[in-house]
Amino acid sequence: MDVYGNAITLQQQTYGDTCQDFTVTSAKLSVRSLASWTCTVWIAAYAVFFYTQHSAVLTAAILVSIVGLLLYLHLVKVDHESLLILGSLGIQTTTTYASGRERTVFVEMCRVQDVVINEGLSLHRVNYYLCLLLRDPSEPQAGLSQVVPVFQGSRPRVDCLGEIYRSCQEILASQREHGGKTA
Amino acid sequence: MAIKIFFPTSCSAAENGLLIGRWLEEHRSAVILATLQFPFIPANVKEYLGQLEQVTGMSLSVLGTWSHSKAEADEKMENFLGELSRIFRHSPWLRMARESTSKFWDCRIERLEDGASEDVVLVYYDQMKVMLSELHSASEHSEIAAMFNTVAKNQLLFANDKYDEGPVKLTHWQSEGMEASIIVELMKQASVPVCAVLSFFVAVITAICSLRVLSGKPLSFLWNKLSTCEQLGKRLENLHVISRPEKAPDHPAFMRKASIVLSLLIDVVLGVVLMSWLYQGNRLGQLANALMPVADRVALELQGLLQWLMGAPAGLKMNRALDEVLGRFFMYHIHLWISYIRLMSPFIEVILWYIGLSACLGLSVALSILSDIIALLTFHIYCFYVYGARLYCLKMHGLSSLWRLFRGKKWNVLRQRVDSCSYDLDQLFLGTLLFTILLFLLPTTALYYLVFTLLRLIIIVVQGVIQMTIDLLSTVPFYALLLRLCRSYRLAAGVKFQMLEQKSGKPLRLLMQVNINPLPYGQVLETYRLPSRRCYPKDSWGSLCKKLFFGEVIYPWKQKKNKQQ
Repeated sequence: MDVYGNAITLQQQTYGDTCQDFTVTSAKLSVRSLASWTCTVWIAAYAVFFYTQHSAVLTAAILVSIVGLLLYLHLVKVDHESLLILGSLGIQTTTTYASGRERTVFVEMCRVQDVVINEGLSLHRVNYYLCLLLRDPSEPQAGLSQVVPVFQGSRPRVDCLGEIYRSCQEILASQREHGGKTA
Repeated sequence: MAIKIFFPTSCSAAENGLLIGRWLEEHRSAVILATLQFPFIPANVKEYLGQLEQVTGMSLSVLGTWSHSKAEADEKMENFLGELSRIFRHSPWLRMARESTSKFWDCRIERLEDGASEDVVLVYYDQMKVMLSELHSASEHSEIAAMFNTVAKNQLLFANDKYDEGPVKLTHWQSEGMEASIIVELMKQASVPVCAVLSFFVAVITAICSLRVLSGKPLSFLWNKLSTCEQLGKRLENLHVISRPEKAPDHPAFMRKASIVLSLLIDVVLGVVLMSWLYQGNRLGQLANALMPVADRVALELQGLLQWLMGAPAGLKMNRALDEVLGRFFMYHIHLWISYIRLMSPFIEVILWYIGLSACLGLSVALSILSDIIALLTFHIYCFYVYGARLYCLKMHGLSSLWRLFRGKKWNVLRQRVDSCSYDLDQLFLGTLLFTILLFLLPTTALYYLVFTLLRLIIIVVQGVIQMTIDLLSTVPFYALLLRLCRSYRLAAGVKFQMLEQKSGKPLRLLMQVNINPLPYGQVLETYRLPSRRCYPKDSWGSLCKKLFFGEVIYPWKQKKNKQQ
C-alpha cells in the first residue's frame, strides 16, 4: 500500500552479497477513473456546445482529452521505480513512466554519504521518504552537498521503506568495512 | 572492495590473447581497451605501448590473458597463458576465460598485494559510444569519468585495423575496418584551405576597420549608435574565431566553434531566403510606395493627438496658454519631419534596394538594419519624448526643492541631507508663489509627458523584440541541439547500468549503457549557450517606474551616463 491507499508491489532481487535491486511497481491506471474523466470532459464540452452551438468546442474537447492523456502517461504517470545498489560502483535509481520513458540517475559510491528515511511535513500530513545523502568527494569535510529523494512517483509507506533501508544499510556497512581495510 | 573490470563488448568474440588496458589504482578497477592476438614478440609489444604512452600521456599495460575456448579446455594453452604472466609483470594479473557454450565467464585475479581473493564485477561497455561521448556533470574523483577519459584518450590505439601491417594485432571496435564518414573526412580536408582564405579575408577587413579615418571623432560616435555596426563587428569576431587554423583544444571550445559555424550558416540561409522573397516581383517597390502613406498617416494621427491635447483632453481643464505653446511647438516638429520624409521619398526605393542586398550577410544583419531604420524614422517621437521629459524633470525638481522651502528646510549639498533653515519673509513669499505656479502648470506638462512617453515605450518595445530575435539567432547552440537530437549518446548526462543474468560462483555481470541517459534539452541549452554581448538594461521594473515618474530619460541616454562615470 502506498500513502494514498493504492496497492503497490515491492520486488527485491539479490545478486551476490553486495548487489541488490528493489523495484516498486505502482498501481495501474484504472479503467474506471479514465472513463469518468473522459466522460466529465465530454459532458462539459457538450453543455458548452449546447449553449454556443459551436462545433469547434467538441473538436477541442476530443483533442484536449487525447493530448492530456498522452501527456499524463508520458510525464506524470509512473509505472515502476527501481533502486539498484551495486556495492562497489554506486547507486542507480530508475524511474519508468507509463509510456516507456526512462529517467536514470546514477550516483557513484564516492559521492554517497548515506541512505536515510526522512520525515517531511506538508500541511496535515507526515510524509516519509527514502533519500540519498550526497557529498562532494573533492572536499570530504564539507558535509552534505545534495539530497536526492527516491521513490517519489510511487510513494511507499514507511514499513516498506524500512525494509529497503535495512538492506541498503547492510550493503553500505560492509562496503565501509572493506574500504577501511584497504585504506 | 570488489574489483571492477570494464570490458568492451566488441572484444568478447576475440581469439585467445592478451588483455591491453589501464589499471586505475585509485578505484581498483581495470579498463580493458583491446585484446592482443597471437603471434607477437613481447619486446615489440612493450615498445608499442611505450610509443602510445608518449603520444597520449597515459600509461597502458598488459593486464592479463584472455582465453576463448571453442570446445573443451585445452591444457597446453592454459599452461602457455600461465607462462605469459612471467613475461609481463603487472599486478594484479587478470586471467579471463570464456567458453563458447556458456554465457558466464571465468575470471581470476592473481598477484594481489594482500594476497586475498576478491570478488569481481564485470562491466560490459560499448567502446564506440564511450569513446565519442562527452560525460557531463562528473566530478574529478569520479571513477566513471576516469574510465571515459581513458577510452577517449586512447583513440590512437583504435586507429589500426587487422588489415594493417604492424608489429601487433589488436582486437577492438574498429578492428574489422575503420569506421568513418566520407563526407566528414572530405570536410576535414576542405576546411584547411577554407580557413586560410577566411583568415586572410578577416585580416583585410580588420585592417580597413582600424584605419585612422574611420575611427575619427564624428564617425566613431555614429558607429557606436547604430546597431548594424555592432552586428557587423560581432560577425567579424565570429569569423575570426572560426578561421583560426589550429584545432579546438578541448570539448567546450570545439562545441562553441561548431555552434558558431552552424548558427552563421543558418543565419545566412535565412537571410538569402528573405532576400529572394524581397527581390521577387517588385516587392521592394511596393514596400517603398507603402512607406509614404504610412508616414503621412502617422503624422496625421500625431497631429490629431496634438489637437486633442490642445483642447480639453478627457474633460481635463488645462492651462490654456501653456497648452497652446507646447502644442504649436510639437506641431512645428511634425511639419519639419514630414517635409524631410517628402524630400527623401524619390530615393527611398533605391536606398531600400541597396539595403536589401545586405540580407545576404545574414538575417541578423538585416534585422539590425531594420531596427536602425525604425529608430531613424521615429526620430521625431524621440525628440518629443526628450523635450517632454526635460520639461517635466525640471518641474519635478523645482517642485521638490520649493516644497522643502515651504516647510522651512533645505538640501545640504555638503552633507547630503536635508537640514532645517530659517528663510526671510521675502524668500518664503516668492518661493510659495513660484511653487503655486509650478503646481498649477504641472498637469499640462505631465499630460504631454505621459502621452509621448507611451509612444516612446511602444517603439522601444518593438526595437527590443527585434533585438531579442537577433540575440536568439546568435546565441542558440544549434550544433549541440542537433547532436542531442541525432546522436544522443554524444552528450551523456550519466550512465545506466543494467543487470544481466547471474549465476552463483561466477562474476557479477553488468551492462553499461550510455545512450539511454542523454542530457535533457534544457541543460543542453544552458551548457552550450553562446555568449551574447548585448547589455540588457539592468534596472528592475520598480526602478524603471521611478525613473519614469521623476522624468529621467530612459534607454539610450543611460549608457552614455555610465560611460562618463
